[in-house]
Amino acid sequence: MSEVEKKPIDFMGFRKIASVVSIALVVAAIALLAVRGLNLGLDFTGGTSVELEYQQAPALDNVRQTLESAGYEQFVVQNFGSDTTVLVRMAESENDQLAAEVTAALSAGGNQLELVSSEFVGSQVGDELKEDSGLGMLIALAVVLIYVGMRFQFKFGIASVVPLAHDVIIVLGVFALFQWTFDLSVLAALLAVIGYSLNDTIVVADRIRENFRKMREGGSEHIINESIHQTISRTINTSGTTLVVLFALYFLGGEAINNFALALIIGVVVGTYSSIYVSANLLVALGVAREDLIVPPKEGLAGQEEEEEQPPEWLNRM
Amino acid sequence: MLNKYPLWKNLVIVIALVIGFVYALPNVFPDDFAVQITGARSSTEVDQRILDRAVDALEAKGIEVKESELQERDALIRLNDAESQLRARPIVQEALGRDYLVALNMAPSTPEWLESVGAGPMKLGLDLRGGVHFLLEVDMETAVDQRLEAMSGQIKRELREERVRYRGGDVEGNRSIVLSFRDESSRSEAFDLIRDQYNQFLLDEQTEEGEYLLVLSMSEAEVKSIQDYALEQNLTTIRNRVNELGVAEPLVQRQGADRIIVELPGVQDTAAAKRVLGATANLEFRLEARQDASSADIETFPFRDNPNREARLEREVIVTGDNVSNAQQAFDENGQPQVNITMDSVGGDLMNRATRNAIGRRMAVLFIEYRTETEEVVVDGETRTVDNRVVEKGIISLATIQSALGSSFRITGLDSIPEAAELALLLRAGSLAAPMYFVQERTIGPSLGQKNIDAGMMSVLLGFVLVLCYMVVYYRGFGVIANIALTLNLMLLIACMSILSATLTLPGIAGIVLTVGMAVDANVLIFERIKEELKSGIPPQSAINAGYSRAFVSIFDANITTLLVAVILFAMGSGPVKGFAVTLSIGILTSMFSGLMVSRSIVNLVYGGRQVEKLSIGGKLANV
Repeated sequence: MSEVEKKPIDFMGFRKIASVVSIALVVAAIALLAVRGLNLGLDFTGGTSVELEYQQAPALDNVRQTLESAGYEQFVVQNFGSDTTVLVRMAESENDQLAAEVTAALSAGGNQLELVSSEFVGSQVGDELKEDSGLGMLIALAVVLIYVGMRFQFKFGIASVVPLAHDVIIVLGVFALFQWTFDLSVLAALLAVIGYSLNDTIVVADRIRENFRKMREGGSEHIINESIHQTISRTINTSGTTLVVLFALYFLGGEAINNFALALIIGVVVGTYSSIYVSANLLVALGVAREDLIVPPKEGLAGQEEEEEQPPEWLNRM
Repeated sequence: MLNKYPLWKNLVIVIALVIGFVYALPNVFPDDFAVQITGARSSTEVDQRILDRAVDALEAKGIEVKESELQERDALIRLNDAESQLRARPIVQEALGRDYLVALNMAPSTPEWLESVGAGPMKLGLDLRGGVHFLLEVDMETAVDQRLEAMSGQIKRELREERVRYRGGDVEGNRSIVLSFRDESSRSEAFDLIRDQYNQFLLDEQTEEGEYLLVLSMSEAEVKSIQDYALEQNLTTIRNRVNELGVAEPLVQRQGADRIIVELPGVQDTAAAKRVLGATANLEFRLEARQDASSADIETFPFRDNPNREARLEREVIVTGDNVSNAQQAFDENGQPQVNITMDSVGGDLMNRATRNAIGRRMAVLFIEYRTETEEVVVDGETRTVDNRVVEKGIISLATIQSALGSSFRITGLDSIPEAAELALLLRAGSLAAPMYFVQERTIGPSLGQKNIDAGMMSVLLGFVLVLCYMVVYYRGFGVIANIALTLNLMLLIACMSILSATLTLPGIAGIVLTVGMAVDANVLIFERIKEELKSGIPPQSAINAGYSRAFVSIFDANITTLLVAVILFAMGSGPVKGFAVTLSIGILTSMFSGLMVSRSIVNLVYGGRQVEKLSIGGKLANV
């Protein structure tokens, strides 16, 4: 079927440049994380909680605006118990001045209010979250390596795990570069990026496997190129619909989901790129060949698979 | 090759969708503001009389009661607005007294027929709706005293093992332990021993009336580290307990030097939460005292189910609930509730060592509970509420040791199944390093401004509509089919999350829509495959069939791999990571169902079983 089509774009022609770009990006991201670090949000750092008693119920949005124009960056304003009591949580560390400053800033507009208390508050997530999540992430990568190694081939396993690490590191690097706030919602976004990127990588890998078994001509680079070409419109459509949602969230969603959307936008773009230029690229570099996927029948573990994988029988009956 | 589903397959899909619809439906009904009444102990029941008393008290104060209802283990009084809810709580508490817990709550207004099949809405998170804010104070004095007691026991045991004769050794005021010796040589022996192994004490040698005294005072640094440890330990335990309650998206954080904030999102059983959070229950295992034991080594405790019965126990504790590694509620041979306990290795050793030499003697399980009781007192003509801290210790079982116990055994003698289940939960979730008391309970407003919530909701809606438009423009007729499948997918996802009573936060909602954006993938894969098949000249009906079955392999591999990651994150992660993994897993399963089965069944309905010349699938190939 490839004969009747126009000549596919030579995706793999850029593989050397892409390798350099990817490595440079990852190195830069790691350096940024080491030097600047992440700007952790209120969820992770804790800070100060200030309780204020107003004489008349204030409009919370005005309180937020006043605090913002007074130069505070990360804060949460909530009604507390009654509509005249306001609780402000902020990332600044606790000291006597801070509470007084906040009170002064808020009463500047002519509001009658009184400082009830101000106290240090700890982080919202325990240390075990960092440890468990880190460990969980490593185990997840190992399991993906093993599963894909079994279902496809070991080289595919490597080619699906490396892009995941690549994507996560780059997203974190961008957050470190711009010092955007990294909070729990961004952590969730990061996990979604892993899911998305993995999905994308496997779909491309699946087509590569299929073509290796089907196409009798051409070297591995040609076959991989052809596979990417065949899946490119699917890749663009899926990324497109996802990005449409994300841009809507980013531009209209307000500050509460800004960073969430931002992390995902970067993640989806990088994830799409990495399934072609990291995953497929690695397959070429690892020298994946037809023999890796077509094992003579009745031999070895991988030989259980037929030459072209058939969908299960129950699906054919559908 | 007619692309027709058999009837049963269509029926399965329809039934799945109907069930999904029913369970997603409760989310349409808003919640009521309410106060909830439960027994302070899990065995105390709430009946109609109690409820009437509460309602009468409210009406006497002019608070309008919207509806009151008696549930299985508690009662709910629904009120009209947040303000009357705030006013109502103290009134009801006063009317009912301390045997009952009165908590602020959000009650779902799900119609009865939906409730009867177990359907309920999702909760809105702290960012969207706010919730209940509890402030707990850690009793630092007790934390230090408990540690001192334990250390004094250890030191005494070691002195005995080293055959150093001493007297006293009890904890005195001023955070010190005083040991007295007959002569100077045994004192210096003890001095060396303690200095080597217990560097957290400052040692002071004194001589008083022919007695050689050794005063161990705890250093300030040690006191501080005990307090820090107690707070951190309690924080971890509370986090575990909150997660055991199945509440998603709570907030647990430290405030100041000795307080812990717990915030739980609006709609839930706050009374149960309060009981489990505040239940600073622990267990102690002690041997019954011998007849000839000296009175200094004996403590007398009442039985929990019969306060008039008492037993004399040794002062020394074999092991406490801190050493429990697992606890499960179960039933004994007679169908009575029991708790199966597994100790960690340290606890197992201690238990074995103590019981090995005590076969035939009796061992007591002592249940310790710290509570705050609120009392109203009149001071200078003003009524004030005073919180009294109460420690209650009672024996729940006293049984003869038949053989040396190891690391697993069971506890019987519990009142009821709920009590056994609660004890198991408390032991499992870890015990508190120091008792805690509630010092504040308030409602807290949403942490996001209304503007932000509106903007977030709007963007989510717009994102969804844009995806639908994209699909129709690009895939035409098949796009419409994909959109129906996507909408049904969304419904199924909401249904599953409602069944799990998940909590919705704004990023969570964004995540759901994102799942929808990604769920498009299955359909895109299939449609692109169909287009490819059409391109290679296969007739439409065969192209549909080939498209679905070829794309299946890709969809299956991609989704299963992602599902694996989600499952591992669930198993390994804690708190928010866990919640996210659940949403992701459900999203994968429902999108596979709707992408493969539902969309196929619609395609079959539209195109199946007849001659089709062309497919409406977009692109220039639509008219092939």
